[in-house]
Amino acid sequence: MAELAPGVRVRTRTTDPDGHTRLPRYARGAVGVLVEEAGVHPLADDRARGRAGAPQPVWHVRFAAADLFGAGDHTVTVELWADYLTPIEEDA
Amino acid sequence: MSGDHTSSAVSARVRSVEAFLESRGLLDDGEIDRRIDEFLAGGSPVNGARIAARAWVDPGFAERLLADANSAIRELGLTMAGGLQEQRLKVVANTVDEHNVVVCTLCSCYPIALLGPSPGWYKSEAYRSRVVRDPRGVLREFGVELPDRTRISVWDASAESRYMVVPRRPAGTEDLPEEQLAGLVTRKGLIGTAVV
Repeated sequence: MAELAPGVRVRTRTTDPDGHTRLPRYARGAVGVLVEEAGVHPLADDRARGRAGAPQPVWHVRFAAADLFGAGDHTVTVELWADYLTPIEEDA
Repeated sequence: MSGDHTSSAVSARVRSVEAFLESRGLLDDGEIDRRIDEFLAGGSPVNGARIAARAWVDPGFAERLLADANSAIRELGLTMAGGLQEQRLKVVANTVDEHNVVVCTLCSCYPIALLGPSPGWYKSEAYRSRVVRDPRGVLREFGVELPDRTRISVWDASAESRYMVVPRRPAGTEDLPEEQLAGLVTRKGLIGTAVV
């Protein structure tokens, strides 16, 4: 599987967890591009459940508005934990 | 979503937890208020305005600011380390081609040390839900008309970083000293909901 790195395209998690998450609903199951790493932090979902959580990279992920909302010519950059992201294999 | 909180129930709960912790000797009387005061002390949009003005007059500083804001603001005696841990700061600069605007869709994350407490509208569900979908329309309601060719980048501060916008330097200010330039920078300008 491709590594998370700037420029890599990723798809975000689609699941709707029971408890706290910092993956906003509007950005679930969406395809975006990694911009830069924004530090290393325990997953907020774990912290909210009282678990320590192993620190993991958090990324600025840029989405085209049209891919999130079906309209719009702007971009939305969201800060997302690595656990929320799956790199998309590009066709050779 | 934080908009569902009924503040009276939450504050009653906070008071009883606080009283319990005080009765067990884990908190001193008034310690929470004191910590909040310490956290807010010095937090003001004047800080953000100084950063923007320095970025306008000093291209080297602007470059360092956009690359590593936490280090760059120490050159002005400012820090993001006033809380329990240093928060990462991401600064973005508006240009002719790109306008940046900041929101926290999940709650109200905001760089208090540089901008002071956030304005009420920043925490409103209307702003938080609409600016990600229709920033051009929301900015128009703030009185900001951007040319069609200006791209809009929305930053959702819903995790660990805090964000600040460096607005575009107004035309005709080439001769103004840095201090006077700082006086032109508004809080909304530093969030991206105004031009200066």
